[in-house]
Amino acid sequence: MIIRNVRILGGEPVDLRVVDGAIAAITPAGQAAAGADGEQVIDGQGAIALPGLVDLHTHLREPGREDAETVQSGTQSAARGGYTAVHAMANTSPVADTAGVVEQVWRLGREFAHCDVHPVGAVTVGLEGRQLAELGAMADSAARVRVFSDDGRCVDDAVLMRRALEYVKAFDGVIAQHAQEPRLTAGAQMNEGVVSGRLGLTGWPAVAEEAIIARDCLLAAHVGSRLHICHVSTAGSVEILRWAKSKGWNITAEVTPHHLLLTDDLVEESPVGAYNPIYKVNPPLRTRADVEALRAALADGTIDIVATDHAPHPVEDKETEWSAAAMGMVGLETALSVVQEAMVETGLLDWAGVAERMSVVPARIGRLSGQGRPLEAGAPANITLYDPSARTEVDPSAFASKSRNTPYEGMTLPGRVVATFLRGTPTVLEGKLV
Amino acid sequence: MNRHLISAGDLTKDDALLILDTAEELARVSERSIKKLPTLRGRTVVNLFFEDSTRTRISFEAAAKRLSADVINFSAKGSSVSKGESLKDTALTLEAMGADAVVIRHSASGAPHRLANWVHGSVVNAGDGTHEHPTQALLDAFSMRRRLGNLDGRKVAIVGDVLHSRVARSNVLLLHTLGAEVTLVAPPTLVPVSIGTWPCEVSYDLDAVLPKADVVMMLRVQKERMNAAYFPSEREYSRRYGLDRERFAKMPEEAIVMHPGPMNRGMEIAAEVADSARSTIVEQVANGVTIRMAVLYLLLGGETA
Repeated sequence: MIIRNVRILGGEPVDLRVVDGAIAAITPAGQAAAGADGEQVIDGQGAIALPGLVDLHTHLREPGREDAETVQSGTQSAARGGYTAVHAMANTSPVADTAGVVEQVWRLGREFAHCDVHPVGAVTVGLEGRQLAELGAMADSAARVRVFSDDGRCVDDAVLMRRALEYVKAFDGVIAQHAQEPRLTAGAQMNEGVVSGRLGLTGWPAVAEEAIIARDCLLAAHVGSRLHICHVSTAGSVEILRWAKSKGWNITAEVTPHHLLLTDDLVEESPVGAYNPIYKVNPPLRTRADVEALRAALADGTIDIVATDHAPHPVEDKETEWSAAAMGMVGLETALSVVQEAMVETGLLDWAGVAERMSVVPARIGRLSGQGRPLEAGAPANITLYDPSARTEVDPSAFASKSRNTPYEGMTLPGRVVATFLRGTPTVLEGKLV
Repeated sequence: MNRHLISAGDLTKDDALLILDTAEELARVSERSIKKLPTLRGRTVVNLFFEDSTRTRISFEAAAKRLSADVINFSAKGSSVSKGESLKDTALTLEAMGADAVVIRHSASGAPHRLANWVHGSVVNAGDGTHEHPTQALLDAFSMRRRLGNLDGRKVAIVGDVLHSRVARSNVLLLHTLGAEVTLVAPPTLVPVSIGTWPCEVSYDLDAVLPKADVVMMLRVQKERMNAAYFPSEREYSRRYGLDRERFAKMPEEAIVMHPGPMNRGMEIAAEVADSARSTIVEQVANGVTIRMAVLYLLLGGETA
């Protein structure tokens, strides 16, 4: 196969020759010799080529909530968003806390082959925060789990967190913490601040995230372990992470696209009306100052990666009063556009920076050897072609995801994923699933 | 005026004064032996109560009936709601029944906003979670005005669990609109952290505020707040923030005492204070019907006064 006229990380136009799922040669555009008869030729039309995106934080909902998403629909959604690998969070039903469940999810991913699926293992049995799950069994399973998380719940017991951090060192695992002090957030509905006070919604204070991050950074340093912080949402968290990283500690952090763009005012005033649970998410949307701090942190590397926290929910779980609604937003199919809007259009990141934060580093954190590799001869042909000049109105009915709970409906966002290749096989062409 | 009454903050000063003046007119009707007006004949008002509140429901029911509206009481208990029907489906049902106005009481903040997306009729917020209770604020303003006249520059102290109080939120907004100066008095645990952005003053010291107040409004304090460590004990709360006889004596002679009910006598308010001639607590109930008549009348009754 030959992919003509693409610009790697926005550079000069080149042609990519793909043989046996890997990049065989890269030559200046137009100079690649025509291939043998029947060789597939794809016209990149000057699109930007990025290494296939890697999501460290996806909820695929299967097993248990196949009405919201399945491995099939979720990975189709991922492919449409330009992803070639996703990490499937453990809070399914049953919980992914045994080798059996993680292998099931992993096998489903292989079967549908829209993108690689790497199950995340639960840290504790049933996400209950009481007893370590069999982390070693999940690590040794066919799914080769390296990322462990009770995401949706915080591992709030300090001793359990310490032990988990220590234990996964045996197989180079990482604990991805959902930082939320549970007692400070009992019944919490939205960011605690000016808007929550006016709206009479129970607040989710920034300190509930920051206190756990501070504690866990100290714990990780004490036991010399690898720690990853999920969905950082506050300016205070950024300051703590900056300090912890300045010590040389082995800590990474992610931010979601929605925390880079949206603020808590939307709960009070938006085109879809006040108290619309489309904006209900955990951690909650924060303030403009937080958004600015998160953008700066992602730009300077204090926050390492963007992770979607793609959280599908059926319509009936969102078309309710605020407090009854489910928390979360779908994100796979809008992530790159939101990052372009928040980071590239603002001059904070170039495309090389985007590739680092949405492919290279998430693959490294997840210890995926075949993903997140620079686009060069010899690398697996995991490629995302992206047209940054397009501007499209977000239309949830076009999503491959089974769920439609996007906060961007009707918004015009920049960019469009033109094609996605998984080890040389197109999963998306012309913006459509293959 | 807006089509709905969901937040006291949606009312301009002119809107608020129009409601109060209309209520004044309607109060005269209430004094007659035949209390009924034909204004809303043929219109349907639904009282949609997801939370038990007999007082508020009866008040709205009486108001609608005195305006000759057809009233449907829909209480969540024993209805399809208790079988898991969503707010949206309930709304669509009411819509199909042709409700001209839906009066909603709900334990979830923002439920009236959500309801307004799904019905064509007017939505009147009869209390949503810990958010607002605008007709309570209107009846409070009406009661104050009847006792004190113009509210411009009047000093109103609102005392108690501001954090969880829909009455406090609506009162702060409305009284600010009407030109009164509000001071919220509470232990620091029971005010929102963002209280500095509200159009009012805040004090932790009731004794310092009382001598300057024209109105002292006591809020109900739920005893279960104690379990969540908002305050150490009922007695300590009462000692620091209860309106007892000694504190009552520190108030200016003309100042009035209000309470939205139901009261915890002996906790936030002493029985003698509640029953004193300077208490408006019983008037507030009567004024509730009048103000709700005015609201329904203005939302549904068309332009002519």
